[in-house]
Amino acid sequence: MRRFSDDFPILSQDNNGKRLVYLDNGATTQKPQQVLDAVNRYYLTENANPHRGVYDLAMRATDAHENSRAAVAKFIGAPEDSVIFTQNTSEGLNLIAYSYGRAFLKPGDEVLIYVAEHHSNLVPWQWVAKTTGAELKYLYPDENGRLTVEELDKKINERTKVVAVAHVSNVLGLETPVEEIVKRAHAVGAVVVLDIAQSVAHMPLDLVKLDVDFAALSGHKIYAPMGVGAVYGKKALLEKMPPFLSGGDMIAAVHEYRTTYAEVPRKFEAGTRNVGGEVGLAAAMEYVSSVGWDTIVSQEEALIAQTLEGMNVLPYVKVYGEATAAGRHGVISFNIDDVHPHDVATILDSDGVCIRAGHHCAQPLMEHLGIGSCCRASFALYNTEEDVQALLQGLKHVREVMGLGS
Amino acid sequence: MDLKELYSQIITENSRSTRNRRPVPGATISLEGVNPSCGDDITLQLRVEDGVVQDAGFIGSGCAISQASASLMIDDIIGKTEEEARRLIKLFFGMIKGEADGDELDDLEDAAALQGISHTPARVKCAVLAWHTLEEALDGKQPEEF
Repeated sequence: MRRFSDDFPILSQDNNGKRLVYLDNGATTQKPQQVLDAVNRYYLTENANPHRGVYDLAMRATDAHENSRAAVAKFIGAPEDSVIFTQNTSEGLNLIAYSYGRAFLKPGDEVLIYVAEHHSNLVPWQWVAKTTGAELKYLYPDENGRLTVEELDKKINERTKVVAVAHVSNVLGLETPVEEIVKRAHAVGAVVVLDIAQSVAHMPLDLVKLDVDFAALSGHKIYAPMGVGAVYGKKALLEKMPPFLSGGDMIAAVHEYRTTYAEVPRKFEAGTRNVGGEVGLAAAMEYVSSVGWDTIVSQEEALIAQTLEGMNVLPYVKVYGEATAAGRHGVISFNIDDVHPHDVATILDSDGVCIRAGHHCAQPLMEHLGIGSCCRASFALYNTEEDVQALLQGLKHVREVMGLGS
Repeated sequence: MDLKELYSQIITENSRSTRNRRPVPGATISLEGVNPSCGDDITLQLRVEDGVVQDAGFIGSGCAISQASASLMIDDIIGKTEEEARRLIKLFFGMIKGEADGDELDDLEDAAALQGISHTPARVKCAVLAWHTLEEALDGKQPEEF
């Protein structure tokens, strides 16, 4: 079988004298040679400022920018003219919250979000609620860490104008019932904002079929460089929204006291874009497609099942969210009895294993779970059974170092 | 990475100690200190009278290093003048930066066991959380939010 880790040069190095076991893919993924080459090729052969020059090189840079948009659109199942390039998911969700939320929300309206949201799909809505007078309301998971239809039915009503949820929680790793959310939200005239940062690298997406109104992703969580992301929005909504940032390239005509805007999506892309990053994002999505979803999904599910099985026999490990591989994508969050997550992460680091410890930018969820923080092991297509074994061995080592036996 | 230096017995035992983990009756100062990136969260309470730290305690949660550091710091400052407490804060920061060493660390007593953190940059913020919070508390800092 092909070892995908061979495509990722960074993974061949040591970590604290041990083999590097990278299990912090929920934070950011490593980049394959194919992506690094594509970015390099752009700067070596095609770089100029898109949409500005009339010379051939500038046309090629424009093509690189627009072809990348087409590749991203195809990958997420969206029309090309409805995809906006951003820096990352946070910027994308701010764009949606500001341009849609501030323009169309008013006192008496409700914005409904999931308590498990990443801060990037939470803080912007807090701001928008404060500035518009709309009310922020929360959905809560059941005891298995799942967002249920019953909870949706309890919270969605005729005052609901926006429902903003993550497709997959970056902490619980569990998929939210998007189709059920969309059905109920649309029935009361609300729009659905889907944060796909955590799902985009782990499952095929068809946003038009899902019928969500907006979505946002980060490239760096799907093997692309940092600093590039994308927003999807239904064209009719994007057209009636005011711009997010204003300035260069987002205009049609500027006079001393008035400006007309460029067409969607350029209306939302002010200033010179990160075209090298966009080329990298397109290359990363091509790379994922070349590996194939069948391979990625079955391989990651098997690794998650093995990890959960291994954790299950360690009485001092507690997993958050139902400890099953079904409907779980890329993420396992857990704690070790009587050991703080930071200490777990430091001790695992000494074994070469990189995991995340902390609140994972989801403090309201931590409060809801009654914990300050937790550990998170998160997977990518290059992880192997050896990585899982290194993690499980490391968990036993943690207890020893902290003087708690193993 | 030397785990034995990082997680010495003084650290692991003090991290679980309940000695200083308590609210302070009649506290004159109470300030929360957090490490936003990781969730270490302590609320430091002091009863300062006539320029002397008469009593001190903390509540909160965090990693072994942050909690041990808070507890050991409280051992150091109870009964000390504000001025003396500030001197110890400076000394502790100096130790963490690798600028203070040897006998001069004796005044930190068991808190000197955190010296090993200077070799683990990722955990420095855990070790200094309580001390930063103490400094801010003595400076009269108020919490802020939007």
